[in-house]
Amino acid sequence: MTRRNDRRARGHAAYWAFRLQRVSGVLLALFLPLHFAALGVALRGEIAFDSLLRYTDDPLLKVGEWVLVVLLSLHLLGGLRVLALEFLPWSGPHKDWIAAAAAGAFATGLAFALALIG
Amino acid sequence: MSRAATLARRWWWQRASAVVLALCVVVHLGVVIYAVRGGLTAGEIRGRLHENWAFGAFYVVFVGACAIHAPIGIVNVLTELRGGESRLIGGVALVFAVLVLALGLRAVYAVVIR
Repeated sequence: MTRRNDRRARGHAAYWAFRLQRVSGVLLALFLPLHFAALGVALRGEIAFDSLLRYTDDPLLKVGEWVLVVLLSLHLLGGLRVLALEFLPWSGPHKDWIAAAAAGAFATGLAFALALIG
Repeated sequence: MSRAATLARRWWWQRASAVVLALCVVVHLGVVIYAVRGGLTAGEIRGRLHENWAFGAFYVVFVGACAIHAPIGIVNVLTELRGGESRLIGGVALVFAVLVLALGLRAVYAVVIR
């Protein structure tokens, strides 16, 4: 019999933390080759590299960059939570760690946004 | 190697690369947040990174950890979606690992050395 998640599982914060870890990981993995390829444009010289960087000044791409920073922060903090669960003898309300991870990612996103605007 | 041993190794490499990446990502996010203030130019990036061997070594380690961590994650996600393992999934992950490693090292060369 194939077991499927029911409403009780999907109502738990840890299930959504798991889903978010998977989704953010896949999106970041797909972004990686693009990021490296863009940096490789530096091989064509400073003018070509600058031209690419000017292209990324587009507001839509800036929003995309912000999304990536938030995803990276979420994946990092979510991953630290998994490592803590697997390796540390901590006990207590694990939902607090999920909330702390989300808050940390939000703070990082805010710092990045302020750096972009400032 | 037994399937259990394969899964255990995969788990271990995923966690080990995660620890390395956690450190690298914290440094990288700090640099990025600092660097984007006032806009980003090729000159600034080159000024910061060109022939900076410490940063070069750091990014080589970063790329290596990515080339281990991301493909294992892809295997896990694809295996969960498919409901089981397959050689195709392993092949896709291997190709992805080589792609990340090659493009990543090329990027480090482009910015730090060239």
